[in-house]
Amino acid sequence: MEPLPQIPMMSYDVVVIGGGPAGMAAAVKAKELGLNVLLLDENDYLGGILPQCIHPGFGLHYYREELTGPEFASRLAKRLVELGVEYKTGTRVLEIRNCSDLEKVVIFTSPRGAYQVWAKAVIYATGARERHAFEIGIVGDRVSGIYTAGESQTLMDIYGIMPGKEIVIVGSGDVGLIMARRFALEEAKVKAVIELMPYPGGLARNVMILRDFDIPLYLSHKVVELRGKGRVERVKVVRVDENLNEIPRSEFWIEADTLIISAGLLPSVKKLEQIGVEIDPATGGPVVNDRLETSVPGIFVAGNSLLINDLVDYVAEQGELAAEGAKEFIEKGGIESRKWVKVEKGENVRLLVPHYLSGDRDVYLYLRVARPMEDIELRIPEIGKRMKFLVVKPSEMLRIRLKAEEIEGEKLTVRVVKV
Amino acid sequence: MIYSFTCIICPLGCVIEIEMENGKIKEVRGNKCPRGKEWAIEELLSPKRIVITVLPVEKSELPVVSVKTSQPVDVRKIPSLMKYLSELKLMAPIKIGDVVAEFEGVKIIATREAKKVK
Repeated sequence: MEPLPQIPMMSYDVVVIGGGPAGMAAAVKAKELGLNVLLLDENDYLGGILPQCIHPGFGLHYYREELTGPEFASRLAKRLVELGVEYKTGTRVLEIRNCSDLEKVVIFTSPRGAYQVWAKAVIYATGARERHAFEIGIVGDRVSGIYTAGESQTLMDIYGIMPGKEIVIVGSGDVGLIMARRFALEEAKVKAVIELMPYPGGLARNVMILRDFDIPLYLSHKVVELRGKGRVERVKVVRVDENLNEIPRSEFWIEADTLIISAGLLPSVKKLEQIGVEIDPATGGPVVNDRLETSVPGIFVAGNSLLINDLVDYVAEQGELAAEGAKEFIEKGGIESRKWVKVEKGENVRLLVPHYLSGDRDVYLYLRVARPMEDIELRIPEIGKRMKFLVVKPSEMLRIRLKAEEIEGEKLTVRVVKV
Repeated sequence: MIYSFTCIICPLGCVIEIEMENGKIKEVRGNKCPRGKEWAIEELLSPKRIVITVLPVEKSELPVVSVKTSQPVDVRKIPSLMKYLSELKLMAPIKIGDVVAEFEGVKIIATREAKKVK
């Protein structure tokens, strides 16, 4: 595609794509660091998914008080406006072009037309998308009444519309459990939460919701089929064995008019893949260094498009880090190439970010374990680091501080072992 | 009678058991800290929750506004609180932090802005 010649091209230091917590924190930080910033978001309002996450539990680290999602979002948005950060809502980024290290073009549409802008660096903070019914092997009739947990949250908590009356929820991750509570409070009947794994997927405080509202949780079960005329009428559930294979003759049907899918999030990285950014199959997000720069120089990533986070606090922290990286990139004409220390996953580590460390700054390693374990040690044998944990779970991301002076050698292997 | 709870005070997630005899607590076990014991006893005797919901707003850009209770509410009172809230209708504009209603001494606080339609 040729540049659109009739449109004058504005020029920015940084274009931030995505106006959720990662993007807003990045834009605020970049502005504070003296950069000329443009923030783009596709919704009509800033905040990403936060305005619909109306429950408390946000901000304990970042603001040192407990806020609801909309309150967290509005604090960041207020700061953004105070600082005079330029932002556009209702936009859709069509393409990022990497012309040279310090010359990137972001092409986007808005209700007022198509635009393209120059940027020296891009911070990509587009969040995640939800897995849908068709991606988890549910077959059956083409009926209405199937929503992802996030879609049902948008309907109920942004627009005040009840998606249904008799609900089956697939997956016991946090969003599914939180929506179970919302449905139950609004007098819908949550008939079951169906979880494939032998343990619940969400944080303990959210699993408690099931007890509060007497909602049955079926562990080691899956929904395989749905039936109905025009609308969901019933769903077929089967039990699975320890290898997640369906157990013959274990099936049963649950009558319901609505099926909610809460089967995990995937980093949204489409526009990055188009320009050849290397993706880590374990996180689904880009491979990054300790400035959260991707394999394409000057393209940074933060928040759920980097890896799926549990806490918005870490998302905002990643946004700030990416902004610091962008500042350094622009000032020095690139993140200095050096001998990067590669971080590798050892046993019982499912995913880990960042992938490369410079050793010239302290870093946080974000990681998830492969399975729930008790009395373990996290070890990095190359530098003799050991940390004890009484309990680790895949549903709770670990965040490990490494000091700059600890980071040395060719590679660091992070292992989680039973002691 | 033994009641079992997974503690949510910290990420350890202790499984705390409370043994009751003749309506009295006989033993609390499984907790690794005193806060867990306190939490589990409150969970058994008078569990409380912050209640969140959305309320309809007239003349607002978005049809509902999100709200929370100013303090945790006894779970036995939640159904009557929800019934009271289901009869409310608010009017834009509403700012974050506005007290939009009150139920038995518990303030209902807006957590999202409701801008007035132009």
